[in-house]
Amino acid sequence: MSAGTEARRLARRRRAQSWRHGWREFRRNRSGMAGAVVLTLFVVMALAAPLIADADGLSVTRATGGVLESPSGAYPLGTDDNGRSVLTLLIWGSRISLLVGLLATVISILIGTTVGLLSGYFGGWPGAVLFRLTEWFLVIPFLPLAIVLATVLGRSLVNIAIVIGVTSWPGTALLIRSQTLSIKQRAYVDRSRALGGGHGHLLARHVLPNVMPLVFANTTLTVAVAILSETTLSFLGLGDPTRVSWGSMLQDAFQVGAITTGSWWFIVPPGLCVVLVVLSFTLVGQALESVLNPRLRERR
Amino acid sequence: MSLPAAADPGVGAALEPPAATGRPRGYGRYALGKVAGSLASLGFVLVVNFFLFRVLPGDPARTLGRGRFTTDEQLDAFNETYGLDQPLPQQFLTFLGNTLTGDLGVSLRYRVPVSELIWDRLWPTLMLVGTATLFAALIGIWLGVHAAWRRGGPLDRISTSASLTVYSMPEWWLGLLLIAALSVGIGPLPGLFPTGGLRSVDADPSSLAGVLDTAWHLTLPVFTLTLAYLADYALVMRSSLLDEIGEDYLTTARAKGLRDKVVRNRHAVPNALLPTTTVVALNFGFVVAGAITVETVFSIPGLGLLATEALEVPDYWVLQGVFLVASAAVIVANLAANLLYGLLDPRVRT
Repeated sequence: MSAGTEARRLARRRRAQSWRHGWREFRRNRSGMAGAVVLTLFVVMALAAPLIADADGLSVTRATGGVLESPSGAYPLGTDDNGRSVLTLLIWGSRISLLVGLLATVISILIGTTVGLLSGYFGGWPGAVLFRLTEWFLVIPFLPLAIVLATVLGRSLVNIAIVIGVTSWPGTALLIRSQTLSIKQRAYVDRSRALGGGHGHLLARHVLPNVMPLVFANTTLTVAVAILSETTLSFLGLGDPTRVSWGSMLQDAFQVGAITTGSWWFIVPPGLCVVLVVLSFTLVGQALESVLNPRLRERR
Repeated sequence: MSLPAAADPGVGAALEPPAATGRPRGYGRYALGKVAGSLASLGFVLVVNFFLFRVLPGDPARTLGRGRFTTDEQLDAFNETYGLDQPLPQQFLTFLGNTLTGDLGVSLRYRVPVSELIWDRLWPTLMLVGTATLFAALIGIWLGVHAAWRRGGPLDRISTSASLTVYSMPEWWLGLLLIAALSVGIGPLPGLFPTGGLRSVDADPSSLAGVLDTAWHLTLPVFTLTLAYLADYALVMRSSLLDEIGEDYLTTARAKGLRDKVVRNRHAVPNALLPTTTVVALNFGFVVAGAITVETVFSIPGLGLLATEALEVPDYWVLQGVFLVASAAVIVANLAANLLYGLLDPRVRT
């Protein structure tokens, strides 16, 4: 018994050590840290939305401002075509944009990791079929497929996340597959198999823990893509029509002709938020990648 | 010139004795495999197209016609044309036959065959995306070469961070900003470019003035797309040239006393150009799909605008047709890229 707890304590200490080491490495990456700070600010803003901006400001009927008013003391970022404060919309919109991005990422990572693991672990025809499927999804142009899916499924918050999740997993799957292929060849997996470990045991205890760091870094990069996709799909009118996101704000702005009237306050801020959040996720993802995969550190 | 021998693989491959292990496969077998794979992908596109539109949304005739059928006779006629009242396998065969003979249905909005509609709308898209791809490839390759050659230098740092920023930006938003700044004009600045469309109302498309007018209309959208595509080429070119930089043959070239520029342009770049060629070939496949949002923003009457207009109705047949054409274009381009790569680099024929 004591040998078991001793081993476990050692494992825990090693793990804590490697986390600390990784964190030190991450902190040294300046752009990664900048991304993390910006992201924290946006997440705080999204969580605190009810505290900083009254939800009444989202209602079209209870709007108090004029149509497309330019920024003033009362409306720091002006008003939209319904007389609502753009700042309020921006703050509440961050919730939907981030939520859809995260939800889509969860779906995408789940599909990608499962398909990647299985197609890498199982050779023969099941692996080959899964690999072909991955390749197919990788090749098919994203936007036409997403448009077709979104039209068929209907417009809602969950559906748009599903559409993005279902179309964005193949990158993850390929990455996980190649990692699984290399882990499968290692001696400790052979040893475990020789001792009678079944497929489930090998996958869960040996392969999965070893691909997890990659999954982790890839998740951050996937969120960036998902948020970008949400913005584009909402701009095309495929988002949830009852909710405000950064993409739907831009759709509104485009359709009421905010460009020709020169209402820059309705066009610039939502896009800028998207760029900041996506860029931050990308920077953090790249920093994580270089911490977890030392071979990449050379290249950047 | 050793290429012609490889380019005529059918004969050579058939006559050659069985390949020893570790030796590249003949080009014929490699090409055949790739063609078969592409056909399978195309087949799967057809299957997805069929099932998405017919199985998911309840009564297909009502969904596909959405409120357009007032009488039962009309519904029956519709059902009969597309075989929607038959069992699914039968329907699939009808669908296959129709698609393969170029019958993609009739647009609910325009009341003309979808294939005609797509054919008409193809040219503006090809013009827009083709020009942008060309510019992006040329500028991107130049940027990538110079960034990699002076790695960590000012150009490298600027182009890498600019690429990253453009990657994080919806390209249509960039288009909106450009329209606001350069077409509508800010403050005292007058609008320099048209806000959208392909030509002025009074322009004669066949005259020189008409051609110039179209070019003037395309300037901003082409610029937007060029910026959006640029990063891809620059990054690929940079990383494949970085792969070459440590190689011995470059040291040899330098040791021979060749000037830096000659080492770069005559020795390193030709070897690094291969992956970029493939990316260019691949991206040409995205010509159809690539410009959906940019066409919408600049109201250019191409396939992209056709798709977003179809969304409002929703015009299912048009959406299905655009998806089919967009996917087929990518698959064909992918095949072309693979065949080209196999020809240029025998190592991939494994």
